[in-house]
Amino acid sequence: MTELTLVQAVNRGLAEAMRSDPDVLILGEDIGVNGGVFRATEGLFKEFGESRVIDTPLSETGIVGTAIGMALYGLKPIAEIQFLDFIYPAFDQIVSELAKMRYRSGGQFPCHVVIRAPYGGGIKGGLYHSQSTEAYFCHTAGLKVAIPSTPADAKGLLLTAVHDEDPVIFLEPKRIYRAVTGEVPDGDHRVPFGSARVVREGSDVSLFAYGAMVPPTVEAADLLVKEGIRAEVIDPRTLVPLDEAAILASVEKTGRAVVVHEAARCCGFGGELAAILAEKAFYSLKAPIGRVTGYDTPFPYALEHLYLPNAETIAHAARSAVQAS
Amino acid sequence: MASTASVAPDPQVPPTTDPFDLPKDQLLPAYRWMVLSRAIDERCLALQRQGRIGFYAPLMGQEAAQVGCALAVRPDDWMFPAYRELAVALTRGASLTSVLDQLMGNSSDLTKGRQMPNHFAFADQHYVSASSPIGTQITQAVGAAMAAQRRKDPIVTVAFFGDGATSSNDFHAGMNFAGVFRTPTIFLCQNNQWAISLPRAKQTRSKTLAEKADAYGFPGVVVDGTDVRAVYRAVAEARQRAVRGDGPTMIEAQVYRLGPHSTSDDPKRYRSDEEVAHWKERDPLTRLRGELLAAGAVDAAGDQKIWEDARAQVAAAIAESERIAPMAPDSMFGDVFSVPTPQLEEEQRSFDASDRPHGGAP
Repeated sequence: MTELTLVQAVNRGLAEAMRSDPDVLILGEDIGVNGGVFRATEGLFKEFGESRVIDTPLSETGIVGTAIGMALYGLKPIAEIQFLDFIYPAFDQIVSELAKMRYRSGGQFPCHVVIRAPYGGGIKGGLYHSQSTEAYFCHTAGLKVAIPSTPADAKGLLLTAVHDEDPVIFLEPKRIYRAVTGEVPDGDHRVPFGSARVVREGSDVSLFAYGAMVPPTVEAADLLVKEGIRAEVIDPRTLVPLDEAAILASVEKTGRAVVVHEAARCCGFGGELAAILAEKAFYSLKAPIGRVTGYDTPFPYALEHLYLPNAETIAHAARSAVQAS
Repeated sequence: MASTASVAPDPQVPPTTDPFDLPKDQLLPAYRWMVLSRAIDERCLALQRQGRIGFYAPLMGQEAAQVGCALAVRPDDWMFPAYRELAVALTRGASLTSVLDQLMGNSSDLTKGRQMPNHFAFADQHYVSASSPIGTQITQAVGAAMAAQRRKDPIVTVAFFGDGATSSNDFHAGMNFAGVFRTPTIFLCQNNQWAISLPRAKQTRSKTLAEKADAYGFPGVVVDGTDVRAVYRAVAEARQRAVRGDGPTMIEAQVYRLGPHSTSDDPKRYRSDEEVAHWKERDPLTRLRGELLAAGAVDAAGDQKIWEDARAQVAAAIAESERIAPMAPDSMFGDVFSVPTPQLEEEQRSFDASDRPHGGAP
């Protein structure tokens, strides 16, 4: 075990993957000599050299397109997109190519690429360094979507992603890259996909949150305890595949659900979670399902503190659910 | 023994055969592949009109470019086609039946009926799955070449695309990455003069498409794509440069799309009969047939036999493929992931249950 920040855990995960398998390589902008703009790849260029830590020209479609070609040839590329906000030039490669390659070739051409991207707000990044657009990728068949909220999960989910056989969109909550530290197992630590983490057990209301929304959701649970409300906090960790069993079990126990994400509300992942609960846990529900999300506006720079959910707004939604019945 | 040794070739004297010249004994096979491709085009345009296949994109006019390239590369090389490279797949050994199975989307289709006709994938031939978006295979070809560099494999990758794709994002990105990383990639642009209805002159102000390579720091060459030997030479030279470590080459093979863009297209709306007639006189099959006849490699009767054999092969493959059962309904759920997610398994279970109507997830 080593005490690490989340971004350090990502770094250790990358190093572990590269040491254990010479087919693993990483590519992206400013990841080599510079060690990445968030330092996620620090030291890797020195250890593994320019043939495995590839500084690319400034082209996201080039990064993902070449990563796909490498994967088809048999390597295990990990592509870094500097900010999720800049992934759209590669959207065609991700959605039309990467996600569909295995399917459209009848299984002849599996294509395993991991795409890492820092996402989310709270860093004064404005419109183009703050967005949380995981739903685009969840909506596309053929992609897995992982979002860690702790250093141990960051390393464990990343190593599972690298050893998976399918494309993985790995979204890193940059707001808590350094804000949280935690014990991280050394070596080949893996956290399985499709296995939610019960962050906090409770009996009155279930709070679902992932990525950078987990800390304020735990904070909300702390506030609620003082009012005698015992909130359960569940982090799904991967949105695709989704641990529906854990989500349903929690709501069957508490009878109330609040879904939290910083992405805009319309067609956000919270809508999917709410629909699953309405279809499969309807008769367990004692109150309407609550959502605490970003607004359906572009991500504002000066007012990001009013755009992003926080412990108070999450606690408020949970309180409303409890008071409804 | 001594006298034999005395007439051994002097290693200092260059070989008399040009390594980039399509070997004489390959000319007739090249012609056969071109005729077979044409016979498939002719039959499949008719099959689509008869409702026996859903769609078809003919390659007629581009046979020499494709067969010339396919003969100049090696089995270990990787092809990244668009959706009009049928002759490349055939020449590399994809069976006629497997082609027809894909066009029909039946249960023997290697792509399992998941894509429209012409979007082939032949792993055994290193012929990567084709998609419909334009140009996306270009960066992928460069990435595979980077992987080959990393593994020190002496192979090349070939990106196939048309004049329209030179306007795409991935053309720029792929050419740029290839230049920066000096990848063993051949960019084979079949400039067939039309991107559906947009003529070459409106695609770019550049004088040639090949000159775009200059800006990326590697050679671009223009060849007559109706001349199988010219294409073979250009690809063989580019291949040698690439495996020697001298980086990529772009080849603009100037051809003409003699047919429609696809069976959904009516080219009479945008191009003149005179223009088509002009290019029909430059049909690559007519050209090679003339050369073979002049060289005495084949006579008129032999030529007729080649056509009859090709048409008979196509007819037999159609009959065989039409006998194959359709795809099983629940094959829809396979190959989305290596192992289905619980959500997908649940959808399939619901689909498999026989007590409800099918059509959409309930």
